[in-house]
Amino acid sequence: MREADYRAPEIGVDNAAHAARLMQLWKTAPGLKGFLSTVDHKQIGIRYIVTAFAFLTLGGIESLVMRLQLAGPNGTLLTPEQYNDLFSTHGMTMIFLYASPILSGFANYLWPLLLGSRDMAFPRLNALSYWIYLASGIFLYAGFLTGNGPNDGWFNYVPYAERTYNPGLNQDFYALGMVFLGISTTLGAANFIVTALRTRAPGMSLDRVPIMIWGTLTASVANLLVVPAVSLAFFLLWLDRQYGTHFFDAAQGGQPLLWQHLFWIFGHPWVYAIVLPAMGMVSDGLPVFCRRPLVGYAAVAISTVATMVLGFGVWVHHMFAAGLPTVGLSFFSGISIVITVPSAVAVFAWLATIWHGRPVITTAFLFFSSMIMLFVIGGVSGFMTASVPVDWQLTDTYFIVAHLHYVLIGINVFPVIGATYFWFPKMTGKFLDESLGRWNFWTMFIGFNLAFLPMHITGLLGMPRRVYTYSSGMGWDTLNLVTSVGSFVLAIGVLLFVVNVVKSLRSGAVASANPWDASSLEWSVPSPPPPYNFAVIPTVASRHPLWEDRLNESSARSSVAHGMLLDAGKETIGTSALHATPDMILEMPEDTSAPFILAFGTALLFVGLLLRLALLAGLGGAVVGLALLVWLWPREELREREPARG
Amino acid sequence: MSPLDYLHSAGRHADIIRPLTWATLTISTLVVVIILVLLWIAVSRARASGGDRETRAVPVERGTSGKRWIGIGVAISSIPLLLTLVWTMVALANISRTPSSSALVIDVTPHQWWWEVQYGSREPSQIFTTANEIHIPVGVPVRVRLHGADVIHSFWVPKLSGKMDAVPGQTNMTWLEARIAGRYAGQCNEFCGFQHAHMAFEVVAQSQADFDAWRAAQLAPAPEPTSPEQTRGRALVEYRCGLCHRVLGTTAGAISAPDLTHLMTRQKIAAGTLPNDATSLASWIRNPQALKPGSLMPNQNLSGQELADTLAYLELLR
Repeated sequence: MREADYRAPEIGVDNAAHAARLMQLWKTAPGLKGFLSTVDHKQIGIRYIVTAFAFLTLGGIESLVMRLQLAGPNGTLLTPEQYNDLFSTHGMTMIFLYASPILSGFANYLWPLLLGSRDMAFPRLNALSYWIYLASGIFLYAGFLTGNGPNDGWFNYVPYAERTYNPGLNQDFYALGMVFLGISTTLGAANFIVTALRTRAPGMSLDRVPIMIWGTLTASVANLLVVPAVSLAFFLLWLDRQYGTHFFDAAQGGQPLLWQHLFWIFGHPWVYAIVLPAMGMVSDGLPVFCRRPLVGYAAVAISTVATMVLGFGVWVHHMFAAGLPTVGLSFFSGISIVITVPSAVAVFAWLATIWHGRPVITTAFLFFSSMIMLFVIGGVSGFMTASVPVDWQLTDTYFIVAHLHYVLIGINVFPVIGATYFWFPKMTGKFLDESLGRWNFWTMFIGFNLAFLPMHITGLLGMPRRVYTYSSGMGWDTLNLVTSVGSFVLAIGVLLFVVNVVKSLRSGAVASANPWDASSLEWSVPSPPPPYNFAVIPTVASRHPLWEDRLNESSARSSVAHGMLLDAGKETIGTSALHATPDMILEMPEDTSAPFILAFGTALLFVGLLLRLALLAGLGGAVVGLALLVWLWPREELREREPARG
Repeated sequence: MSPLDYLHSAGRHADIIRPLTWATLTISTLVVVIILVLLWIAVSRARASGGDRETRAVPVERGTSGKRWIGIGVAISSIPLLLTLVWTMVALANISRTPSSSALVIDVTPHQWWWEVQYGSREPSQIFTTANEIHIPVGVPVRVRLHGADVIHSFWVPKLSGKMDAVPGQTNMTWLEARIAGRYAGQCNEFCGFQHAHMAFEVVAQSQADFDAWRAAQLAPAPEPTSPEQTRGRALVEYRCGLCHRVLGTTAGAISAPDLTHLMTRQKIAAGTLPNDATSLASWIRNPQALKPGSLMPNQNLSGQELADTLAYLELLR
């Protein structure tokens, strides 16, 4: 390292000239060029949120069509083939294209603001993971719209997914699409981990970060470990289908259960990965409306990590009926029962926070607090499936469908909508309408429970999952009708949310920097935040930087107005992993279209592989190579190479 | 009581599971009610209702630590968890002890979208194959060996036993023992393609004497036709159906579809899709794709006379 690389950042307060300089450095160019090249985490975050919400809408429409088919016995609206495509695409959409990306969106938008930083650790990588998410989503939906959607459920069991039983392009779209999407998830996870560990504001030691950071960090570590398993599974499937490799073909010495292991080693940790960040949103949002800190911060943070650790040891509970040895089953059954404990920690922490707080019933509060209820219902039904003998009856009936929707809608959708009511003012500078919010909440809450609470009984009465129709006389007719009605009420609730967003963007009440009088750093900057987030890098002295004077837990005070200026270039501060001691100035990259072009090249590559057009795949590979070359070319301003001599 | 519900049971295997299902269901319901009440009380202590202004108006306080909630809550929750854990292990052990004394072993091979059922014996002449209807004697444990043929299916008779998958490349075991005579609904429970919905079967539990009589009847070949219609019908069945189906005692000898030798002893056709009566049988043979789209049975395009002849012969297969 050269002498010139050592520099102590200037310390000071914000002023007009400083702000103008930062604005010049950080702002995104207007127009299409800026749109394609921005690396601003806030813009990328909002794109993630909007895209994920679009997929939620598509998945929702698919479910409504299915509910029409199932509203009465012997439905004839759909053929079996159409129904199978729909339920598989619905699962794929909600789990892969909505539930995870929506949380990535919130994390992308919020993390640097929560952490007191100016961007994610790797802004270009961040842009790339969004573009790849979008491209793989379009890729997967291109399959569905051309009649080649997934048709074997989201879990896609072999041998039905093999070419012998599934000769169309359906499974090729799905297999390649999932490998494609896996790139995005992996890049995002790596970025979150480094961001959480290296870009926190000075003083924000690991025990002072918001719980949402714990949730997403834990989920990201899990993703990094488990996404390779599912990418491998889908890649092997594709090889089986296209090159006759027989990894899963029993007749040729392959093993169908290998698929199930690879899939669920990924699948179950993933379920936690798509709820833990949302639970973090509740842990951070709920206390603001209870006007006190969260009860048991350390216990909740530890339980978040514990859930994930145990979550790696429960995958076989999806395979209790697959004929595995009993001793093995008992182990996985035990872990699946024990994993209830860390969830109980979170539930009691939230309950105590409300109980010992002075709650203010806003729309966000309604979504957050009702989530506790839905979480408990989804939790206890999960506990029932953990018991092997009970699961031998419950599994693959509508009881499981009810369970997983309480988990995914209850612990993902409800917190996400609540989080939108909470952070919308920060993102847009405007409030969502509170009275429309009440209608929004109650319609969703009633519709959801009307649809899915009776579904537990449908399951207990033995209705199997994934059937395109059923005959009358099984005792399921009325229950199914109620569920169908409930699903439409739920859909109206979601529609009211969309109406509220559109209306409030146009004419919502203006929000100040800290409209809820909340405690964390994002509320110390204007709403919406400037491109550089923080004019000066804050210094943090507690878990609640903006409540310190009132909580008075110690004499130390955080500083948000006075701190490192860092305006010599696009800079932010790098800090140590545990204690957040500043140790380097991070040179942040300029906007660039390289990520967009790289994602485009990857898409070409995957289309080439799908259609087995070597030329197209080669072209895609070449575009990827060129984009990487531009991206990674060492640049002097980032001190990636020596200045030219002479 | 609906045909597939598992809150009732009629056989030892399911009897072991049922009380555990009820117990966990009761615990779960209680937990939900308790948390709901606590949440209701906590929320109803609310200071205010409204939006941002109301929120800002309530001052922030450090408040009670509240950590005891977590300790006490987790401690209380652990009791039912522990109880369930122990009960689960005991039940699991009891079910896994597959009755070894059982003389009767049935080989079940699910196919897209029907069930092949073979009754084994040390004596080769005593082995026979049927489809979609499994007869067992009451009060006797029966072992079921599950073989994977095409894709994964799952064997499930909720009133008698939990599920077990049939996976290609491996043989899975389960067992049934009926306490009460009767007909018990069974259903494929692993998604297996277009007609997963129409892949049902029935277990008929009957007295040992009835079972023995049924078994003896199943071993007999198909009766000879007695009328010209039946003779023409048999020729049609041999020629048209014999590529997939088998009728013992004729040249129809294929085994890729249900064995038809004693078709008329079964109460349903097409794996529980239709009742086995003359009208349903006729419409099924005429146009299976309309009744069970995607089924592997092609439309036969029989003329009216051919259909009548075929039915006349099939009626004979008792």
